[in-house]
Amino acid sequence: MLEIALKGSKKYWVWVIILLAAMAVGAGAYIDQFTHGLTITGMSRDVSWGFYIANFTYLVGVAAGGVMVAIPCYLHDYKKFHRITVLGEFLAIAALVMCLLFIVVDLGQPIRLFNVLLHPTPHSMLFWDMCVLNGYLFLNIIIGWNVLESERNQVPHPKWVTPLIYISIPFAIGIHTVTAYLYCGLPGREYWLSAILAPRFLASAFAAGPACLILLCYIVKKVSKFDPGWEAMQTLTKIICYALTTNVFFFLCEVFKAYYSNIPGDKSHFNYLFFGINGHNGMVPWMWTSIICMFIGIFLLIVPALRNNKTLLPFTCIIVIIGTWIDKSLGMISGGFVPSLLDHVTEYSPTGEELVVTLGVYATGLLVLTILYKLATTVKEEVRG
Amino acid sequence: MKKSRRNFLKAAGVTALSIGAAPAIKAVSAAESHTAPHAVEMKRKDALKAKRWGMVIDARKLNDEIADKVVKACRYAHNIPDFHHEPDKKKYPDLKPVKFNQEIKWIWEEEFEHAFPDKETDFLAEKFRGLSFLVTCNHCKHPPCVQACPTQATFKRPDGIVMMDYHRCIGCRFCMAACPFGSRSFNFRDPRPFIEKFNPDYPTRTRGVVEKCDFCAERLAKGELPACVEASEGVITVGDLENPDSEIRKLIDSNFTIKRKQELGTDPSVYYIM
Repeated sequence: MLEIALKGSKKYWVWVIILLAAMAVGAGAYIDQFTHGLTITGMSRDVSWGFYIANFTYLVGVAAGGVMVAIPCYLHDYKKFHRITVLGEFLAIAALVMCLLFIVVDLGQPIRLFNVLLHPTPHSMLFWDMCVLNGYLFLNIIIGWNVLESERNQVPHPKWVTPLIYISIPFAIGIHTVTAYLYCGLPGREYWLSAILAPRFLASAFAAGPACLILLCYIVKKVSKFDPGWEAMQTLTKIICYALTTNVFFFLCEVFKAYYSNIPGDKSHFNYLFFGINGHNGMVPWMWTSIICMFIGIFLLIVPALRNNKTLLPFTCIIVIIGTWIDKSLGMISGGFVPSLLDHVTEYSPTGEELVVTLGVYATGLLVLTILYKLATTVKEEVRG
Repeated sequence: MKKSRRNFLKAAGVTALSIGAAPAIKAVSAAESHTAPHAVEMKRKDALKAKRWGMVIDARKLNDEIADKVVKACRYAHNIPDFHHEPDKKKYPDLKPVKFNQEIKWIWEEEFEHAFPDKETDFLAEKFRGLSFLVTCNHCKHPPCVQACPTQATFKRPDGIVMMDYHRCIGCRFCMAACPFGSRSFNFRDPRPFIEKFNPDYPTRTRGVVEKCDFCAERLAKGELPACVEASEGVITVGDLENPDSEIRKLIDSNFTIKRKQELGTDPSVYYIM
């Protein structure tokens, strides 16, 4: 099936070359980081995780969000999603590839990566995160590939795939739950130490994942003859609406808890993020942008006339993605680490080089996504044609 | 016949399950059970030993001069880089600019309201406000860093010392997020150009690994007290917390002591006499 990716229009190849170029630039910056160490990043002793882990967290959400298509399709046999389920699975694969790359570029000693397998440590949440992320990646590769190939041959998918499909659903919830557990089991980190962190992560994921998927459907419709179907997208918008509202609700619960209880440690992180502390206010414009985007997103998705407007929908999705991305990546990292455990304020912002490495990782993910979507759309064109 | 075979299979199944589950449950339940399983026995007869090592810092006797001496002694003993040190340009021609917020510190001075942020009040006794304290790794009884580490590169020895294996650490920095005391530092860059005077008795580190106070385990093994204790003019005392006759137990019994962030339940082994 992979041979499909080798035949494409001029535009397709231009896009692939752009991505390869971006990957090369990113790799160049990474070589510099590899030789000189993580000193080239904006991270510090007080803020020991940064842009890489922030994007990792967000993309785990995008990968998990694919399950919002899989559940209606496979569990409820919701017909309108049959056409786009494979798009959701392939999005998850690309997102997971980026997640794993972000982990690798964040390591101080990447060549020792396999120590995690050599010395398996069940009491470390990072060990479990590695298990579920890789598990979910392989499940999606096997499921997506087999389902698509069967579609190409116009036969039902093999029976042994069905149990894997059912297993992949709790796995999707699992990847994001365990990712939240990385954060929320750490004593002394008040911003993360919350029982609703995993639910909040999931809510934000179920908004962000489908929002990315709708954008991709628009692109697919534009560049190929395959139409993912307007009705499927209308259902997705409702899912985004509920999930985004839940995410904002969970966030407000956290705000209430911190400010009504008046516990200084709990309040300090919200104070830093939304108002700044002693003039350290680097995050303030970002966080308010995030909140405004999420509220505008909810408004645009609740009002039926706006939700069902085909021209407006892509912009709504972009607003949702911006809002949830700031909230879960930048906000989660800076909120957790600032002020520090010793009540010092060390701000964090990524360096240019850090951004270039990040760009390289995103380009790699987009290349994987482009190839997989090329396969999916070509097969679907063939079958319908 | 059939029935007994079924019973046998049942029993075998349950046994297999419990054998499989027991270590898993034990492993997930607590980091405490994860002391290094085969810690190397201290070989020298003059080695200093304890059931559980602990430290007492007498804040009444501490002043900036002594604190400075302690920090410097630790810096030399463990080849800790000092980013204020001007590196040899000929030996290291291609160095990235220094970022001071990426510094490395094992024991350092911190004002009362930062060492004990939960105990700060508007009407804090004037004698405490701005007063310098020495803070370091607490060698917790229940160390969150050990629980978080995905490779057991950081581990707790049977004698309570929380140690680092610099050769196993992958530099994920999960332990830095997990430690509630900010006691861990990451080698964002090669530390060697910034080491003013090398101590041949202790290894230098490579870039990309985490490090922290190791209670001078390498000195205890030779029968020497930790470098900070030697430099502290009696401010810092170490000893066996489990031994009621030890010097530090007597200090704890006869003075009012506090520990950092006790409410988190990590049970620090460092006490402060107020």
